[in-house]
Amino acid sequence: MRGRNRLAPCRSGASLHRGWLAAALLVLVAVGGAGCQRQGGHLAAREDKLVVFAAASLREAFTAIGDDLKRGRPGVEIVFNFAGTQELRAQLQHGAGADVFASADRRHMDELVAASEVASPTIFARNELVVVVAKDSGAAALENFADLPNASRIVIGAPEVPIGRYTSEILDRSAARFGADFRARVQAKVVSRELNVRQVLAKVSLGEAQAGFIYRTDAQQALDRVTVLPIPPEVNVIAEYPIAIVTKAAHPVLARAWVDKVLSDAGQRQLRNAGFLGPSAPASRSSP
Amino acid sequence: MSRRRLHAERRALGAIGAVLVVFLVVPLVALFFSATGETVRAGLGHPLVWPALRLSLLTTSVSLVLVVLFGTPLAWWLARARGRLAGAIEAAVALPIVIPPAVAGVAMLLAFGRRGILAGWLYPAGWSVTFTTAAVVMAEVFVSAPLFVQAATSAFRRIDSRLIVVARTFGASPLRVFFQVALPLAAPGLVAGAAMSWARSLGEFGATLMFAGNLPGVTQTLPLAIYTTLESDLRAAQAISLILVVVAFVLLLVVRAAARRSVLREDAGA
Repeated sequence: MRGRNRLAPCRSGASLHRGWLAAALLVLVAVGGAGCQRQGGHLAAREDKLVVFAAASLREAFTAIGDDLKRGRPGVEIVFNFAGTQELRAQLQHGAGADVFASADRRHMDELVAASEVASPTIFARNELVVVVAKDSGAAALENFADLPNASRIVIGAPEVPIGRYTSEILDRSAARFGADFRARVQAKVVSRELNVRQVLAKVSLGEAQAGFIYRTDAQQALDRVTVLPIPPEVNVIAEYPIAIVTKAAHPVLARAWVDKVLSDAGQRQLRNAGFLGPSAPASRSSP
Repeated sequence: MSRRRLHAERRALGAIGAVLVVFLVVPLVALFFSATGETVRAGLGHPLVWPALRLSLLTTSVSLVLVVLFGTPLAWWLARARGRLAGAIEAAVALPIVIPPAVAGVAMLLAFGRRGILAGWLYPAGWSVTFTTAAVVMAEVFVSAPLFVQAATSAFRRIDSRLIVVARTFGASPLRVFFQVALPLAAPGLVAGAAMSWARSLGEFGATLMFAGNLPGVTQTLPLAIYTTLESDLRAAQAISLILVVVAFVLLLVVRAAARRSVLREDAGA
């Protein structure tokens, strides 16, 4: 089975018989592999390993999906690189050997598409923002989003990172509903602009800040330390997560299988368990 | 030994050293070469740069003063003390060099934070040092003081102990011995240690981000500004990095020159 897989990308008409001696098969694999290498470059690589670059917020869901995929394909090794979308994009642009890229942000994906680093991304999940509040912070309790200006200290993401950009959008949209000075009153309580979601969550769960803006998926993993205030849907921002196969993927077949798995019902269930929303339009919708 | 052999040996040693010089300098040179005039102008004009530079110079100066003020007496004691307790203390105050700065930041939160173990008597009124400029200074002292204490301790140990004994037998008080004999003799080592410690706090990032946060003008030092711009604009980050490297290089040169002058003066005086 494994030998056939190895040969699959460069089979050229000659069919394989099951009854062949293992030794003969091995020789053929070696010869065929070498021939392929000369002609087709990376296509000759054995597809028993998959390298997935994914936004840090996907860690739990993707690890579960990976276990799922491995059950169906024993012998396949999946290597994950979970990091900030911006870092992953920089690594891809500097030639990191990834097969699949799952981004927490459309913009970074679009820029990689423009540079032909990845092809035809698909939105596979969405993530909404929530406000997390420290448990027993001593300060006046926050009951809902409108109370936010009463918080003693607020941490948000820096405007340079996606979570900070979305937070800023939410505050802008809040003016219509919560008063023109809502943004200024919230901003007056901001004590730090963190560089990623985990830093925001850390400051709130340690009680240093009373409230912070993070993704629902991150809040989901800290329910023992923080309480969640939903943000009214009419002002909330929902981040779209695109996934794409890397143009120079060394394992394109497995990469395709991964994307299909993520879009499948089983994959979507894992993502929902982690707090993600499904993609709004049909799952196969491509982002422009 | 023949003269030729002498030359060959010297050259061999030089060549080995040159490998390290190349390794250390090439990345910094690359930073300069890949920057165009436009990048630098854009970097200098970036709104985060000047508040961050001002804050970095302010906080590192204050932390340097604190480190020298508290570190020098400690180093003097460590250099003269014998026994297991002194050994344990010396090892303990060197620990912050080993632990990753982000861990140091978490540890500081757990100690001095709003819910830290000292919160009860540090903050009876509910105020907390986190997210203030003072927290930046504390983070810098935490990571940089061990470097100064180590350098100062070995500088004090190198002093010929007979000089101290002689000064004491002539009736000099311990304080007078410290100020008029030990300090001048150890000065070059102290200055070098102070420079190392200052450089470390200028580059400090992880502990500051954890313990003090990241707010322009209040807690965003140059390294934090670099990381922040790196998220959106690699070229601006590169330009700010250049500023950091240039500032550090100039200040280290000045310190070296000052240290050399103090050595020369001593030699002339002796």
